[in-house]
Amino acid sequence: MRAAVWAAVLGGFWAFAALAQPYMPWAFDWPKALVMPAAKWISAFTKWLLNDASFGLFTFQELTRWISAVVDVPYRFAMNLLSAGTAEVPPLSWLAVVILVALIGHRFGGMRLALLAGACFLFVAVFGQWTSAMITLASILIAVPIGVVGGVALGLAAYRWPWFARTITPVLDLMQTIPVFAYLVPILILFGFGPVAAVIATVIYAMPPMTRITQLSLQRVPQDLRDLGQMVGCSRRQLTWRVMMPSAKAGLMVGVNQVIMLSLNMVIIASMIGAGGLGFDVLAALRRLDFGAGLEAGFAIVALAIALDRISQAMAQERPVSIVARNAYVLAAFVTIGLAGLSAAIMPQLQTYPEAWQLSTGAFWSRVVEWINVNYFDTLEAVKNALLLNVLIPFKRFLIGLPWAGVAALLGLLGWRLQGMRLAMLVMVLVVLIASTGLWDKAMTTVYLCGLSVAVAMLIGLPIGVLAAERDSLWRWVRLAIDTLQTLPSFVYLMPAVMLFRVGDFTAMLAVVAYAIAPAIRYTALGLQGVDPRLIEAGRAMGCTNLQILTRIKLRLALPEIMLGLNQTIMFALSMLVITALVGTRDLGQEVYIALTKADSGRGLVAGLAVAFIAIIADRLIGAAAARARAGLGLGGGGDGT
Amino acid sequence: MKINHMMRLGVSVIALTAGAALAQESTDPIKLTLHDWTGQLITTELMGSILQKAGYNVEYVQADYLAQFAGLETGDLHVAMEMWETTGREAMDAATATGKVVNLGPTGMKAKEEWWYPSYMVEKCPGLPNWEALKEPACAEAFATAETAPKGRYLGGPVTWGGFDEERIEALDLPFEVIHAGTDAALFAELESAVQRKAPIMLWIYAPHWAPAKFEGDWVAFPEYTPECYSDPAWGINPDMAYDCGKPFGEIWKVGWAGLADKWPGAEKAIKAFTIDNAEMGAMITEVDLNGKTVEAVVADWMEKNEARWSGWIN
Repeated sequence: MRAAVWAAVLGGFWAFAALAQPYMPWAFDWPKALVMPAAKWISAFTKWLLNDASFGLFTFQELTRWISAVVDVPYRFAMNLLSAGTAEVPPLSWLAVVILVALIGHRFGGMRLALLAGACFLFVAVFGQWTSAMITLASILIAVPIGVVGGVALGLAAYRWPWFARTITPVLDLMQTIPVFAYLVPILILFGFGPVAAVIATVIYAMPPMTRITQLSLQRVPQDLRDLGQMVGCSRRQLTWRVMMPSAKAGLMVGVNQVIMLSLNMVIIASMIGAGGLGFDVLAALRRLDFGAGLEAGFAIVALAIALDRISQAMAQERPVSIVARNAYVLAAFVTIGLAGLSAAIMPQLQTYPEAWQLSTGAFWSRVVEWINVNYFDTLEAVKNALLLNVLIPFKRFLIGLPWAGVAALLGLLGWRLQGMRLAMLVMVLVVLIASTGLWDKAMTTVYLCGLSVAVAMLIGLPIGVLAAERDSLWRWVRLAIDTLQTLPSFVYLMPAVMLFRVGDFTAMLAVVAYAIAPAIRYTALGLQGVDPRLIEAGRAMGCTNLQILTRIKLRLALPEIMLGLNQTIMFALSMLVITALVGTRDLGQEVYIALTKADSGRGLVAGLAVAFIAIIADRLIGAAAARARAGLGLGGGGDGT
Repeated sequence: MKINHMMRLGVSVIALTAGAALAQESTDPIKLTLHDWTGQLITTELMGSILQKAGYNVEYVQADYLAQFAGLETGDLHVAMEMWETTGREAMDAATATGKVVNLGPTGMKAKEEWWYPSYMVEKCPGLPNWEALKEPACAEAFATAETAPKGRYLGGPVTWGGFDEERIEALDLPFEVIHAGTDAALFAELESAVQRKAPIMLWIYAPHWAPAKFEGDWVAFPEYTPECYSDPAWGINPDMAYDCGKPFGEIWKVGWAGLADKWPGAEKAIKAFTIDNAEMGAMITEVDLNGKTVEAVVADWMEKNEARWSGWIN
């Protein structure tokens, strides 16, 4: 019966889309006269905010400048320590840093971690990326703690006060989905041009997953544990910090991982606003089409990411170490610094990593790309053309041809069926807002590009997540691969992709899938690993086959995480729009990029908001569908995933 | 090593004499912006070295070509050495309109931008470089791909560069279609790919750049640009449409923070005096991008050979 109703609705929608254009042109193209001059309003508002907003004693800009001065203090310190040095004291030598990192690794994770962390940093030195890497590291060391602490604080507040959760969720969506280019110019004016502004932009982008996952992890703490805490007489503060936080640790650490990964992902954009470092080297290398140099700088970013991530993960599972040993580590650190400083004074090779000891892949990668290009271009071209002509272009045409009025009605109906009037209103208002800015075509191009990419990413990511969740050795490799995909600047593989596939949607889609697949895998695996083993045992005892255990127990219980993974896959795909604009797509990302080049902050933010609206619509509808699915399965508790 | 020492000695002597003259000027660092293409790095480091020799404190800040205006307006950044008429005009005008950014005059280099093709395409389209050859259907087809056939494919710059290529194609009635690359890195990636396979390509190239030095090829000769061609439809071979000519030759400007002249008057004069031409710059870009020298080495070399010139700018 319900199927029949939906069939009728879709039929009506199709008829409307196909036939109504001659009679109701306004439903297809938003009338030009009615386009909201939102860009102008926003430009005027930012101008006011930047120049005139005042709290009486001081202006808004003075406040933000003060914040950046505060952040600048630890940044300067880290920078002097790692890279610049002061007039009297040189910075830590490369040898000292490598040994220190290995020591920290040993302290928290034993010999294995010591070797891994040391090797990562040595890799950076050997490939001649040391100077830039230390500049990048200095800003990451400032951005990550701010992101983690801020994210946990917001997540905790959202967990405690439902009204706060309702307020913060859209803000988080905006933070994560408005392309950075859209608010780059206001940030530069408010926080000054330089590394600190880059740190702040990084935090804005990298914090939301931490907040979301804090909230989710806290909600998933079993009720009996909470009850137990209350029974033994914990105060509210004790309950939070002694009971809830420790038992939510696994989830929180995924959040920390995400903050590190996303911060390093921002390295390229940060380098455009004065942060310098590895991101700058990647951009400069690719402008020369020196793929080898770009790849080396890119992998230096990955090496930093892996070392930082593995150390922070180990810190969370703190190894019991005696007071004596703890002091021994501190002592060893100082001895290292002292000795390294002395030996560097005698042998300058130990201060600055000498060029003669460096390795480089040189032109090797350029030759690999050339070889593929010369030998296989025609094959690749045939495959690409087939996909373009049969899948991509028809889907794009279909979406662009849809009338906004029909889409609003259809999505509204969907929202109403899934959750009720409120959701229906929200979805419809957002669709109409997008249409009213006159950006409907570009918005639909965005939906087409990201929609296809998300579908492909989920199709590949889910099975990999399921496979890897139970096999520790496989999971280790998969994790390495997705950490690499998430931190290796997409530019590094985008330019070879342009050589093989030309500029256009196909190349853009490859880049989006490569980046957005990471959360699809990560959250699936996290969810499956978190399933209570007792339930699996119970299932086995009742004679379930492995397949049944997977489909009937694990996947269902892991649904909140998988849905969060889908949410994040969509968010990641949308956040790649800035990059896709760089290979010539005609979507909202391009609109943002044009606005940046014209220094038109209003236009950029309007396009950015349109991106965010698409994200919110997708998120809310998927969230509602998931909630219904769960309710249908009788899985009430466990918290709302999105 | 020896040369290095002598140079350093020379530097300190000049710094001393110049330093005395500049006693009352600020010792804060003058911040010059670095972008991500070689020519700009060379220009900026040249200017930086000259200012250092005049006794100023100089700092290089890596910044995006367009995002930098936010910093120049607030005085967080001070000097940008290459603002191309052809790509940065709008942003520059918006910034100078605020009164917080000033144009410090031309660098002497001229931006050349035009349709460009590799030499092996002459076989397939013998009339080149004359633009009228492109009107031949066979010639256009030689440049076609599956998506554009039978029209030729012209790879334009990023939409943000403007360039009026769609209008040009219509005005000159060329059987071509414009595909926009998103960035110039993508533009040159396609060029490299095509040249490796000796495949057809027609694209937007600009100079000074390493590409025309590395690859053999030529610019298409369109009717020469005049301002009237863009503004007046009656001008040129198509009486009803503007843009029936080639792309303009543009200045490359130096821009700076408006407070520069008050804080470091001597430096402002030196920056205004700085000029260099396309041939010199082209040679230096080739040294760096194709012969693998470092920017520092090339800059030091230029400084040594042109001492008379730059010392005139700082006095």
